[in-house]
Amino acid sequence: MQRFPKPEFESGYQQPDTLQPGARAGLLAIMDVVVLTITLAFITWLVLKKRSRLGVFLTSVFSLAYFGFYREGCVCSIGAIQNVTLALFDNSYVIPLTVIAFFVIPLIFTLFFGRTFCAGVCPFGAIQDLVSFKPQKLGTRLNAVLGLIPYLYLGLAVLYAATETDFIICRYDPFVGIFRFDASFGMFLFAGILLVSGIFIARPYCRFLCPYGVLLNWISRFSWRHITITPAKCIQCRLCENSCPYDAIDMPVPGKNPEERSITLRKLILICILVPFFAILGGFTASRLHETLAGVNGKVQLARALLEPASETGVPETFEITAFKSSGKPVSQVYYEASVIIRQFYIGSWILGCFLGLVFGIILARRLIITYQADYTPNKGTCFSCTRCVDYCPVTPEEIKP
Amino acid sequence: MDKQENDPKINRRRFLATGARASVLVGIGGVAALLAKKTIAGQTVWQLDPAKCIQCGRCATNCVLTPSAVKCVHVYAMCGYCDLCGGYFKPETKTLTTGAENQLCPTNAIKRKFIEDPFFEYTIDEPLCIGCGKCVKGCGAFGNGSLQLQIRHNICVHCNECSIARNCPADAFSRVPASQPYLFKGFGQEEENTKK
Repeated sequence: MQRFPKPEFESGYQQPDTLQPGARAGLLAIMDVVVLTITLAFITWLVLKKRSRLGVFLTSVFSLAYFGFYREGCVCSIGAIQNVTLALFDNSYVIPLTVIAFFVIPLIFTLFFGRTFCAGVCPFGAIQDLVSFKPQKLGTRLNAVLGLIPYLYLGLAVLYAATETDFIICRYDPFVGIFRFDASFGMFLFAGILLVSGIFIARPYCRFLCPYGVLLNWISRFSWRHITITPAKCIQCRLCENSCPYDAIDMPVPGKNPEERSITLRKLILICILVPFFAILGGFTASRLHETLAGVNGKVQLARALLEPASETGVPETFEITAFKSSGKPVSQVYYEASVIIRQFYIGSWILGCFLGLVFGIILARRLIITYQADYTPNKGTCFSCTRCVDYCPVTPEEIKP
Repeated sequence: MDKQENDPKINRRRFLATGARASVLVGIGGVAALLAKKTIAGQTVWQLDPAKCIQCGRCATNCVLTPSAVKCVHVYAMCGYCDLCGGYFKPETKTLTTGAENQLCPTNAIKRKFIEDPFFEYTIDEPLCIGCGKCVKGCGAFGNGSLQLQIRHNICVHCNECSIARNCPADAFSRVPASQPYLFKGFGQEEENTKK
């Protein structure tokens, strides 16, 4: 509003311009993508061709310095999941090309060469890898149970991003506060717990939280080339057996005597019943919780705050309510928007629950099926291609042999 | 059958694996192409809409940068050059001097300069500004509203998700086209936007 007219100056005063400095050149962003691609290509070469643990270690230190402390952890591939989700669900939302590149390039590398991104390009993996001094074995059961958490995290992140509620991966990002030296107390505690427990449980975030790791895990299973423990033929010396800090080495399974046909058939029937059962059970359970899940959404919170009877005096109204009052929006519109979002959450939580049930069922089914395996091999899904096991293998490549 | 399985070129397992790999590749490529097509239409940057802003002060504390990338910007074309400036002085200030006790700005980032009677020019010393919005509130309440909060793009690091945006109570943050990176409100808007 114009309360005071603009003065007419007599002293020849020149009114200065309002400066509008432009956005930083896109060059920096392009450089990030270039550095990402080069580092990925380099580490892939180190893992698959040079098989050099030292090289991978040094690359991970570089990645931690560049993507972590210099670029302050943003843009990151893990968080890009949410941007991609939101862009797929919301037509008006446009994501920068850098974010697409950060999401897609590691996936493509993984599709061809396994999870070399995790080995030493992701700053999260790098910082945890540096502290894993005394890794302990967790046992297959504990690994399997804790390994379910990333699916839940991924599902929730997608649900909250798709409903335009929040980017929970970014909000609860434990290491970004360390990279930027500005962590809140809670997040600093979280990061501290992860790093301290990381001394004994190698890479706790990567294994039991990382939602991007879920995608990499799936894709890596189809990888074209993948790191092998031995450069030639496995001699079953068992030296590598305890070398993996991530419990990602599949032990040989003597499967010479196939199990009885009737047992296999019973297992098959059990799987066919259990998997859909878990999916429906999961969907039903999660759909019961949809209002709780929707409570995180700002619009739903505002509608709830407006529904509450006027609170006792003395409590200052929240900024959200002040903003709502000054916007001049009718209350009915807020209620309508909130009801639309709750409806979205109802559908979303069914899908989330089905997905989690399905994952649980498939993981259970996978444990019922015995697959014959002759040699010690890295599990293509969970292996981070860190190349630690390579140093334990006494076999030399055949071409070097005299 | 036996012959086929022994032939490395026609190995069923390998064929399936290649097929799966190809379909995953097509999937990733499809998603990337779909999103890239949308993006090519225009790059975007974060900006806050002063028309929605309620000057809650969260811009000062929620930015990943310290001090915040949000600064108070003076839209001179809207300024009344008042002697008693609602953005510069604390309410109920007795003497209109540049004394620290009179100033609303916690960091002394607004400079007051005499032009001619009775007009004063106010300039923002941006490196000092922390984006708290106190002056913006004052100017909006008592003056023309020429002081407005804006993200300075030469400072902003373009986070994937703006950490002020997710805590803004007024939902004032959004991505705007990089070709028009500033949003000013009020009567001076067109004049300022066409200058540049």
